Amino acid sequence: MANFTPISAAIGGGLVGLAAALLMLFSGRIAGISGILAGCLGFGTRDKGWRGAFIAGLVFAPLTAGLVGYPVPSPQMPASWGVIVVAGLLVGFGTRLSGGCTSGHGVCGIARLSARSVTATAVFMGTAVVVVALSRHVLGG
Amino acid sequence: MLMVASFVSGFTFGLGLLISGMVQPQKVLGFLDVFGAWDPSLAVVMAAALVVSNAGFALARRRERPILAVQSLWPTKTDIDRSLVTGAALFGIGWGLVGLCPGPALENLATFSPRVIVFVVAMVIGMVLHDLWAKRHTGPVWREGMLPTTADG
Repeated sequence: MANFTPISAAIGGGLVGLAAALLMLFSGRIAGISGILAGCLGFGTRDKGWRGAFIAGLVFAPLTAGLVGYPVPSPQMPASWGVIVVAGLLVGFGTRLSGGCTSGHGVCGIARLSARSVTATAVFMGTAVVVVALSRHVLGG
Repeated sequence: MLMVASFVSGFTFGLGLLISGMVQPQKVLGFLDVFGAWDPSLAVVMAAALVVSNAGFALARRRERPILAVQSLWPTKTDIDRSLVTGAALFGIGWGLVGLCPGPALENLATFSPRVIVFVVAMVIGMVLHDLWAKRHTGPVWREGMLPTTADG
């Protein structure tokens, strides 16, 4: 547990929860990123404005943090291009099929005590744990 | 005003992911690697997020309507079906392969990382493919009853 950072995790997690609470209190919407993004892509939704604003805020956060001198790490993704494309396709298709991702099911859904979201979160976390175990400890090295 | 509130919420969400380290795929993979040098940080992030959002949701439920919108769109689906489980499993495989889920993926566009851009493009294609497929299989019912706004998130 050498990399465990409980204090920044608690502060950051609190902010994520606050963001979800604010969106519901002010806009009446669930802060589920996959759903918000998918609604921007068309297919009958007319409410693209608030969705675009939410995603803009999400992207502006690290840009602003960087401007005031907060370190913004560049993402480390050593996987091959093929794996990145397959992973992106699976994340996009899978989150739409199950109706949510780490935010919509994992945070908002569990906070609503939804059995659907608890199930989805258990499944995607369990699957991801198996994939990491296989790639790091069985196939990889 | 609705746009401002949504922007502030997205911004707060982004700060949370940044401060907690969840924008870093390697930090997320460290949590998923329970058989290696396990880093429980993501569990703390989720626990803190759950406590705060649960309290906020309780406040929201006490109001007749949201401050800036006509009505609160709480998710209405309750059934645990094959789509839910299959979709979550597919998502889990993709998440475990590179350590990115939709929130951190979009946020990391700010770093202009080519790998993140490729991931996000593939993710958007995956979403569109799903929606085209779902439309073909369920027809007009899907269009009226399953708009993304009433999905879980």
